[in-house]
Amino acid sequence: MSKHVVALAREIPPGNRKLVTVRGRPIAIFNIKGEFYGLLNRCPHQGGPMCEGVLTGLIQSDDPGTYQYSRAGEILRCPWHGWEFDVKTGQSWCDPEKVTVRNYPVEVAPGQRVVQGPYVAEKIPVALEEQYVVVEV
Amino acid sequence: MSQSLLERTATQPAHLGLIDCDVHHALRSPKDLHPYLSQKWRDHLTTYGSRRPIPFISSSPYFKSAPALSRKDTWPPNGGPPGSDLKFLQEQLLDRYGIETGMLHLLSITGMDQRNQEFGAALCRAINEWQYAEWTQQDARLKAAIVVPGEDAEAAVKEIEHWAGNKDFAQVSMVTHTIEPLGRRRYWPIYEAAAAHDLPVGLHTSGNNGHAVTPTGWSSYYAEEHHEVAISQQALVTSLVCEGVPARNPTLRVVLVEAGVAWVAPLCWRLDQHWKRMRDEVPHLDRPPSSYIKTQMWFTTQPMDEPEKPEHLTKMLDWIGWDRLLFATDYPHWDFDDPGTAIKIPLTEQQRSMLFRDNARAAYNLD
Repeated sequence: MSKHVVALAREIPPGNRKLVTVRGRPIAIFNIKGEFYGLLNRCPHQGGPMCEGVLTGLIQSDDPGTYQYSRAGEILRCPWHGWEFDVKTGQSWCDPEKVTVRNYPVEVAPGQRVVQGPYVAEKIPVALEEQYVVVEV
Repeated sequence: MSQSLLERTATQPAHLGLIDCDVHHALRSPKDLHPYLSQKWRDHLTTYGSRRPIPFISSSPYFKSAPALSRKDTWPPNGGPPGSDLKFLQEQLLDRYGIETGMLHLLSITGMDQRNQEFGAALCRAINEWQYAEWTQQDARLKAAIVVPGEDAEAAVKEIEHWAGNKDFAQVSMVTHTIEPLGRRRYWPIYEAAAAHDLPVGLHTSGNNGHAVTPTGWSSYYAEEHHEVAISQQALVTSLVCEGVPARNPTLRVVLVEAGVAWVAPLCWRLDQHWKRMRDEVPHLDRPPSSYIKTQMWFTTQPMDEPEKPEHLTKMLDWIGWDRLLFATDYPHWDFDDPGTAIKIPLTEQQRSMLFRDNARAAYNLD
C-alpha cells in the first residue's frame, strides 16, 4: 500500500467527482458534502464503469404509496444495470453483505505534509499552501 | 477510461470469434428511411405517421428504467440515440469484445404491427434496404434480419423471396406481440418460405397488438414487465410447438431472442406431460413436444439468470442442452450482458465454444 496524491482538493467541489488511475486501477474520488471517498471504477456485478453513473438519493418505503427520500447525492447507480452503491462504504444497497465495490481510504493533506512524504505525487506540482487529495492504494 | 488489468484479463481470453446474437442498431429518426421510401410513403409517414395498436397515447411502452432502454454510456458522442452510430457501435462493441459476427435486431420502427398493412409492408422493405446499405455493407461482421410484414403472409413471403440468397441477411424476423399466436396457420406460409430458403426465424420481443404483455392485464411496474416479456415468449413457443410449426417444417430453425432460458426446462416437462395425456387433440405432433424444442429451437442467453447458487443454473442448462444456447449482449440496452463477466457459472472448454460461437454457427448455418 502506498499513498498517492491524485488531485488538488479544490478541483473536486462538493457533489463532484474525479476519475483517476492509480497503480493501474481506475478509481473515482467523490466529494460528498466536503468529505472525500474513493471507489474502484469497476462494478462488481459485470465490470461496468460504475463511477460514471448517476449520483442519486435513497428511496425507502414502509407502505405502498408512501416513501422517504434521504441521502441525496450519496447513492451511485452503475450506468449499466443500475445497481445502487453507497458511495461512503462501497456496499451495494440491495445486498450489502455480499456485494461491495472496493473502496479506498482518502484523506486531505496539506502541501507541507505531502512534501515530507510518504506520498507519491503523480504529475501534480506540490505547493505548500495547497490541500491535496491523497488515496491509499 | 482505461481498463484495469483485472478487467482486461476477464474479457479478452479465448473469445476468438465471439458471435453476438442480439445487437440493436437504431435509426436516428424514422426520416432515415426516406431514401428507401417512395414519395407516396414518405408523405404518408409525415402525414399519418406510425399507427400501431397501442392503447396509451404519448406513452411509449419502451421507455424503461433508463432513457432509450439503454446503458448510460452508449449515447454516441455526435448525437443520435444509442445504437444509431455505426462507428461508435464498432468501437464500443465489435472491436472491444472481438466480435466475429453480430446479429442485428431492429426494435423501432416496426412494420409488422402497423395498422395500415400496405404502409407496414413498405416500411419493412425500406428497413431492409436501409440495413443493407448502411449497416451490413459497411461492416461485414454485421448480419441483418429480413424484417417482414407478418400479419399479411403473402406480403411477408414476397419480402423473404426478395432477399433470400443475400448473405447479408442471416434470418427472417417478426414481432412477437401479434394478432394471433404465432403458431397459428395464418403465419404458416412464412415459416415454409423461411425453411425453403434455409433461413432461421428470429423472434425478439417486440411489437404491439393492443393486448397487455400478461394474459391478465396491464401490470404496474417495469420490474414486473421486464420478466413478463419472457412469459409471452413462453406462450409463443408453446403455440409454435402445439400448432405443429416445427413438426410440419422439419428443417425450420427458430431462435428466441431475449426471452430468457431457464424456463425452457419446466415448460418442456409440462408440454411432454400434457402431450402424453392429450395426444388425440394434437395428432400432428408425432413426438414429444420437447423434442422439437431441443432440435429446432435456440435461445439467446441474455439476460442471463443469476440465481444465488450458480450450480442451479448449470443444472437447468444441462437439462435444456448446451447446444441450444446462443450468447448475446443485447447491446446497447441497460440489461446488457458483458461477454467476459455475465456468465458466472464455470464452463468447460467445449461449453464455452458452443455458447459463444459454435451453436450460433449451427443455428445460422454460418461457414
